[in-house]
Amino acid sequence: MTDQTLNAIERLALVKQERMAAQLSKRYGKEKRFRFFGMASIVIGLTFLAVLLGTIFTAGFSTFFSSEIKLTIHYDAALLGLSDLNDEDQVRLADWSQLVKKALKTRFPEVSGRKQSRQLNGLASSIAIYTLKDRLLANPALLGTTEDVWLMADDEVDAYMKGQVDPSVPEIERRFNDFQIGLVDQLVASGEMKQSFNTTFFTNGDSREPEQAGIRGAMIGSFFTLLVTLSLSFPIGISAAIYLEEFAPKNRYTEIIEVNINNLAAVPSIVFGLLGLAVFINLFHLPRSAPLVGGLVLTLMTLPTIIISSRSSIKAVPPSIREAALGLGASKMQTVLHHVLPLAMPGMLTGTIIGMAQALGETAPLLMIGMIAFIADVPGTPLDPSTVLPVQVYLWSDLPERAFVAKTSGAIMVLLGFLAIMNLIAVFLRKKFEQRW
Amino acid sequence: MASSSLFLILILIVLVVYLFGRKRSEILAQAVGGVRNLHSLPNYYGLMAAVWAGVPGLLLLCAWLAFENTVIQNMVIAGMPDHINSLSQSELGLVWMEISNLQLGAMSSASDPSYFAAIDRLELLRSQSQIGKTVLVLSLTVLGGLVGWRLIRPEQKARNQFEGVLRLLLLMSSMIAILTTVGILFSVMFESIRFFQTVPITDFVFGTKWSPQMALNAEVAGSSGAFGAVPLFAGTLLIASIALIVAVPIGLMTAVYLVEYASPKMRSIVKPLLEVLAGIPTVVYGFFAALTMAPQLKTFFENLGADPVSSESALAAGLVMGIMIIPFVSSLADDVINAVPNSMRDGSYGLGATRSETIKLVVFPAALPGIVSGVLLAASRAIGETMIVVMAAGLAANLTGNPLEAVTTVTVQIATLLVGDQEFDSPKTLSAFALGLMLFITTLMLNIVALAVVKRFREQYD
Repeated sequence: MTDQTLNAIERLALVKQERMAAQLSKRYGKEKRFRFFGMASIVIGLTFLAVLLGTIFTAGFSTFFSSEIKLTIHYDAALLGLSDLNDEDQVRLADWSQLVKKALKTRFPEVSGRKQSRQLNGLASSIAIYTLKDRLLANPALLGTTEDVWLMADDEVDAYMKGQVDPSVPEIERRFNDFQIGLVDQLVASGEMKQSFNTTFFTNGDSREPEQAGIRGAMIGSFFTLLVTLSLSFPIGISAAIYLEEFAPKNRYTEIIEVNINNLAAVPSIVFGLLGLAVFINLFHLPRSAPLVGGLVLTLMTLPTIIISSRSSIKAVPPSIREAALGLGASKMQTVLHHVLPLAMPGMLTGTIIGMAQALGETAPLLMIGMIAFIADVPGTPLDPSTVLPVQVYLWSDLPERAFVAKTSGAIMVLLGFLAIMNLIAVFLRKKFEQRW
Repeated sequence: MASSSLFLILILIVLVVYLFGRKRSEILAQAVGGVRNLHSLPNYYGLMAAVWAGVPGLLLLCAWLAFENTVIQNMVIAGMPDHINSLSQSELGLVWMEISNLQLGAMSSASDPSYFAAIDRLELLRSQSQIGKTVLVLSLTVLGGLVGWRLIRPEQKARNQFEGVLRLLLLMSSMIAILTTVGILFSVMFESIRFFQTVPITDFVFGTKWSPQMALNAEVAGSSGAFGAVPLFAGTLLIASIALIVAVPIGLMTAVYLVEYASPKMRSIVKPLLEVLAGIPTVVYGFFAALTMAPQLKTFFENLGADPVSSESALAAGLVMGIMIIPFVSSLADDVINAVPNSMRDGSYGLGATRSETIKLVVFPAALPGIVSGVLLAASRAIGETMIVVMAAGLAANLTGNPLEAVTTVTVQIATLLVGDQEFDSPKTLSAFALGLMLFITTLMLNIVALAVVKRFREQYD
């Protein structure tokens, strides 16, 4: 009997063990799946980052190079219709484009007919004639002589040179036809075509011609805007943080201010644009499109970020430092200014740089205050109309010419470059001055 | 004198007053037996004198700059003939515009002969104001400096006074946050109220047709634009939900993996990389959504046999926006999951639970309030996001739930209505402010609820 009971119990245990084993493998399976989902989300996030940066870098890299054509220019006074280079009227009225046309005609004597001549003349950028004019005015002795000059090519030529034109596409669907391809191929074969670093991109303002458009205007505009933002938000931000952390009595009003700051940090940036439009432009009549107004709006927007991070870095200064200063007879203000502030400064700077990076990438509120106008000039003061880098990206992304896609990506690369530098400085500051108490 | 040079002179005077004040305190100190018998250090006497010199002058200068134009404008217009003074406010604005253009020489012929008299008056007033400003500001500064200088006595509590001034300055800085909120509220409120006077609020909140374009004259059929904002709210919700559907699971799982499974080394590499996603400007995401994502999705779904997919689909904007918020969700979730004490995990392991069971049954419930508030904040982010939708979502106000169609959002409409020239008496422009008010209230609510959830349901561990 005992044997039988024992067998029954053993069997029962065996069954139970089997069931547990089955369940266990199921549970382990779940565990594995869960872990896999976690891994997969990270991979998705990182993949997207790689795809985003990859797309932009591959599209934008070509912007930093531009194609140039070597032409033998004969500075023919008769062709230009000018005899005296010091006579401003003559210089202004002279038909400089004739020089380029003549040079192209000499290079390709076989081209005839209106249509083909026009296509031939289209190989050089319209900016080329200004290059020639500047060269001649800088060196008047060139008049009547001949020299080889590298001139900027048209954006379609540039696109072909960068392999963005597919010759297998039916000719009618291309803006660059087989005749022009033939011409360019001849130039390439004879070494009269080259790619060089595109300085125009960094020295020119905006333009409707892709090969002439540059980001200098936007960069200077961004610089002025950030200057205004920094010079307002840094002092105001740290003063507010000092007050709230060190001086504010713990009462309702202080609490209201604190809640307010936290809420402002979550207000959509476009609402700050509405504020800027209604208050700074309509009420105070500040100039539209000016970096000054942009800087004011971005100041209000970045203040919460700076205040919050400054407060946490003041909080991190141990009370013993304050007590020591107070014990030696320093006043509350002296304690804060002479002892707490210097120790909290690296943290505050880090917060400010991150706030500035946020301001540099911000677009929406600046659209509201009119920084979206087409402005070809480079601004000279914070009161001149201008645009900023992200808005320039937005403006270019709307344009139909294919070359502007590359321009946009190029501008984004410059923008990301600046942001990366700012963030690296912030990380460096944090690492360098981080103190453990 | 130009305001900038006036400002520089003012600073110079303040500097001189500081030096003199400091010197005076040192001289006075000799009479009472050295600096140690003064109430404060000489520096503070100088600073206090500088405050006396600088503050009144600066305040006057600011006030002058703020009100100069308005006062001159009113005076010029008040001096004009009656038939102009009887014009309405907006017409007066036009008159003023013409006068300033005439004065700048941008126009040569005036529509009314009285304008030329007005220009003379304007120029006279401007030069008078210029002189008045220079004289008054400078004399006030010098006077203030003298007062401050006279006040210096050994028993003057210069340090306490100066610290009081500083403290006031700090207080005022912290008030700017409140001023900003008040400014936002008032600027959107006023214009919204004007808007709701022409368009009833019920039409705005419950209307299902949105076409803010006003016809040029009343005779054209359908001239009154329709201001039913429901399609905008629906579009915003659609895009924000797509974004959250992408961001919440991915963000949460990322945070879980990084906190619970990843080695410290992997964490230190992956976390900053993901945070790069948060640092990329939204305009870049918009560019990517419009130029890469949207065409890809279009071809993909059309190959699947879907109806012609819009090239400005809600899906593209929503997906990219979702990716943008992933780091936001994951870093918030990361914090709250990290805050769950290890003793709870150990207890669960001790009872034989696997890691994933521990996470699902112990860690998640404990971290839930924080996660919910993080998701709410992410939602407020998604609703207020502008550039991605401006670039990748459409302008057509479709009332649809199909993510492959083009929809428009509140932020897109605000941006398009207010870019370019605006007249501030047309409902078209004012409607943007009404939308802004809605946006502000919604995000504020989400934020307040998010904070309240954390406060109300947070478990206290020690």
